[in-house]
Amino acid sequence: MIVVPCPNCGPRNSSDLRPCGEITSRPDPATASLSEWRTYLYLRENPAGWVTETWYCRSGCRRYFTIERNTATNEIRDSEVS
Amino acid sequence: MSNLRLPERPGEVIDRGTPLSFTWNGKSFTGHRGDTIASALTANGVEVFARSMKYKRKRGIMTADHWDPNLFVQVGDEPNVRAGSRRLEAGMQVSAQNVWPNLNFDVGTANQVVGRFLSSGFYYKTFMRPKWFWHNVYQRVLRKFAPGGRIHWETSTHGAYDKRYAHPDVLVAGGGPAGMAAAVSAAEADAKVMLVEHEPELGGHLRWGDADDLAALAELRSAVDAHPNIEVLLDSTVTGRYDHNWVAVMQRSHDIAPERLVKARVGSLVVAPGLIERPYVFSGNDTPGVMLSGAARRLINLWAVKPGSKAVVLSANPEGDAVIADLEAAGVEIVAALDARAGDDIAEVKGSGRVSKVVLGDGRTVDADLVVTATGWTAPTSLLNMAGDRPVYDPSAARYFPNQVPDNVLATGGITGNGSTAELAAHGTATGTLAANRALRLRHARRAAASRARSPEGPRPEVLEDTRTPLARVPHPECYLSSGANAKKGMVDYSEDVAAKDLVQAAGEGFDSIELMKRYTTVTMGPTQGKLETVNAAAVLAKARQMEMVDIGTTVWRPPYAPISLGALAGRIFEPVRRSALQDWHDAHGAAPLLAGQWVRPDHYGDPMGEALNVRENVGIIDVTPLGKLDLRGPDVTKLLELVYVNKWQKLDIGRVRYGTMVAEDGVVSDDGVTGRLGEDHYLMTTTSSGAGAVWEMLEDYLQTYRPEWDVHVTAVTGGLTSINVAGPKSRELLLRLVDGVDLSPEAFPYFNVRRGTVAGVEDCIIWRIGFTGELSYEVHVPSGHALHVWEALLANGEDLGIKPFGVESQRILRLEKGHYIVGQDTDGLTKAPSAGLGGLVKLDKPDTLGLPELKAAYERTDLPVLVAVQPDDPQLVPTEADQIVDGDSNRILGRITSSRMSPTLGRSVCLGQVDPSLAAAGTSVTILLVDGRRTTGTVQEHHAHVDPEGVRQNV
Repeated sequence: MIVVPCPNCGPRNSSDLRPCGEITSRPDPATASLSEWRTYLYLRENPAGWVTETWYCRSGCRRYFTIERNTATNEIRDSEVS
Repeated sequence: MSNLRLPERPGEVIDRGTPLSFTWNGKSFTGHRGDTIASALTANGVEVFARSMKYKRKRGIMTADHWDPNLFVQVGDEPNVRAGSRRLEAGMQVSAQNVWPNLNFDVGTANQVVGRFLSSGFYYKTFMRPKWFWHNVYQRVLRKFAPGGRIHWETSTHGAYDKRYAHPDVLVAGGGPAGMAAAVSAAEADAKVMLVEHEPELGGHLRWGDADDLAALAELRSAVDAHPNIEVLLDSTVTGRYDHNWVAVMQRSHDIAPERLVKARVGSLVVAPGLIERPYVFSGNDTPGVMLSGAARRLINLWAVKPGSKAVVLSANPEGDAVIADLEAAGVEIVAALDARAGDDIAEVKGSGRVSKVVLGDGRTVDADLVVTATGWTAPTSLLNMAGDRPVYDPSAARYFPNQVPDNVLATGGITGNGSTAELAAHGTATGTLAANRALRLRHARRAAASRARSPEGPRPEVLEDTRTPLARVPHPECYLSSGANAKKGMVDYSEDVAAKDLVQAAGEGFDSIELMKRYTTVTMGPTQGKLETVNAAAVLAKARQMEMVDIGTTVWRPPYAPISLGALAGRIFEPVRRSALQDWHDAHGAAPLLAGQWVRPDHYGDPMGEALNVRENVGIIDVTPLGKLDLRGPDVTKLLELVYVNKWQKLDIGRVRYGTMVAEDGVVSDDGVTGRLGEDHYLMTTTSSGAGAVWEMLEDYLQTYRPEWDVHVTAVTGGLTSINVAGPKSRELLLRLVDGVDLSPEAFPYFNVRRGTVAGVEDCIIWRIGFTGELSYEVHVPSGHALHVWEALLANGEDLGIKPFGVESQRILRLEKGHYIVGQDTDGLTKAPSAGLGGLVKLDKPDTLGLPELKAAYERTDLPVLVAVQPDDPQLVPTEADQIVDGDSNRILGRITSSRMSPTLGRSVCLGQVDPSLAAAGTSVTILLVDGRRTTGTVQEHHAHVDPEGVRQNV
């Protein structure tokens, strides 16, 4: 279990939080084609390396924030509240 | 039985003043406090402890510690106790396990005769076919031979396991000289230290050493004891190292639990497990009386037990030389002192139940009852492997050494090299200082990064360079396999009964990589988990393939380092059960408890059908507190509702309530509930009971990450408001007696409205007029502190109206009669909005709503399943939920029953189901496949509601 640094609550066990995955950008649902929408829903870069991802501090401050995490080593860089 | 207890030894750990009585296979024995079960039995002359797993060979002491592969015993109702490490307690009832019918005569010994049938891959090759034979014959017979003790479900008294969380800066795994020194120096550098030792005492090999060792041990121990920053966990094993130094420690013989799982978040992990002595592979190497030098020294020096009378010693190292002095001091005659460095060898050991003769490498045969080998060491690098290391074999030292580990994992002690006690301690000291530096720098960085949570103390420590002088690698002969002609009969894996010849055979059959060979032969897969066997297995394979050890590699050591009991993993669960303010009342009034998600709820009060019928006829009340309740405030709440619900929310007047369904971004139905407008910028949203948390997180997600500019504040009030549904034709009459400040007349307070008022004197209650049951009903949300008063007032005032409480089961019956679907019951993870029967509720012309493109696509499809009401043609037959609806001819699955109950109102069975669109038309006959294989038929209904489809009853 990795340690995730919540900007408000400090370093917490990842079980205190919910991982929300890589940052995605939500297309305009009124105009997005189905294919664009499903890219938003299902397709991720999933690199073996640095990724910017969102976490939710579900047991603490209840803020969503982003961190940079290396998926190969679990090294974590700065976090910030979204 | 003989008494093999020696006169007092300088380092003995037994308390001779405290005799402890215990039984072994029904016979009474006496040991001392400080004995292990094994040492006490050995002191009493017991030589055979167990039968081996496959061949049922008699087995005795091999290592006399936790790793002893032959010392698994039953203690009372506790199976698989390690007699080599479990401390003796008064009154223990110890017995041999894995024997049938008993230890001295075991029918399984026939396996020795037919041994060739049990060679590598025997199970894979033999028990494959015929298939039915497995269940009927093989399994039953094999169970008799299966290893392991007996589980006593009913009487188990060792069940109180516990868990603990810890946050040491430095955790030292191993309390030998290097580990103790590392703990002291880390503590002196201001780190909080946890020192974990596998054995019940600190000291490692110093404990069974000579006078100098004992003196050094006393000094190190007092330094550890003196330091307030060090917490010592004895009889505890570090079983795993995971990402970010998440470390699992199994703490045994703790005051409050037989085993406690300590989950530690560690700054620096110091790995100092020392070395594990390796058995030597020769024919008869599992005969009782063959033991490792460490076992002999432990028996003599820790427990003052004489391990035999005439010994052959094979030594390849100074520790092996030292055992000769110990044996002589214990009065054991040394028949032959063989020096492996000079080419001496043991060819074969003979004896049944105890060593009797030893064939030496030079062909001589001598009489002996004890064979002690000291042929090398295995570096238990498990924790390093778990940190990503792949240790490298050094043939000149005949063992593996650490290679590359991350900065927050540091190895010290024998695992990294050889040295005197002083040299080991010096390396430990330097390692401890380094470990503390890295841990304190990490602590500082973490606090600085979370400066809003906690400020770091003082400046960040400067980086300390790693200037440790590595310990020397003293040359050691590669001593694995005897040169004797029958050496391949020797055991490599004692717990799995895998001999060298089995490995050679496996290699011949093509399983010639160490990882494949392991899985094919099960070598290293027993309770010792490779601690004794891994390197010997690699050596045998290397020889068979005529390769170098370094090219063979090893199997990967994964967690756990030592087996963990399932009870300890289950342990105590730190998850509270949620109880409404009324649950005590339910308990006191005969409610059957129902565990639903986090909550315990009343399922019924004894008669769910009668309680449901009473709602149809009179009035009932149900505690629906787990219903998710979210208080929404702010000028932009409407925008949020428009986003998360499939329907429209712009024109909801104050005092009105609307039903809404939520779908996720993939168009799958995720939740539903009603939301009412309490004030200009004030709404109350309800969710399903199980979805309350998820909906809250989802709302926060969109508010924080998607529309941070919206001004909405969400407060979860699920537990703060106790929710009581008052349902039935007489519900209005009841509330008229108790409600102040609200006009309850149908004209002033119609269906799907919300009011705030006083109930039974309690102000600020919220009253919704909605109906899941299909009856006239009011849902009253009471501030939880006053909930019991309101509940009891309702019961007291409704007595003449026939009021009865009802539970979740009655509510499920009532809602099914009314055809209301439940998200997650009548829908699943693939159910898109059109399949939930939402019809015109979904508005596709909104600019933005969750899953909008998927909703549009779904509504263009004609092949999606349809939610329908089904009535079985046999009115007394209630299909099981999840029974399949099939094509009567082809058996093709065309749907399933999602909900089914006997309806007390109609006196017949009623169902909801998901069916193929071809079956969705009212009047269609469907075939239902029952769980017992029978089929029955049912008819699709026009409306979802089996009772009152027009909604007359709820609209009065």
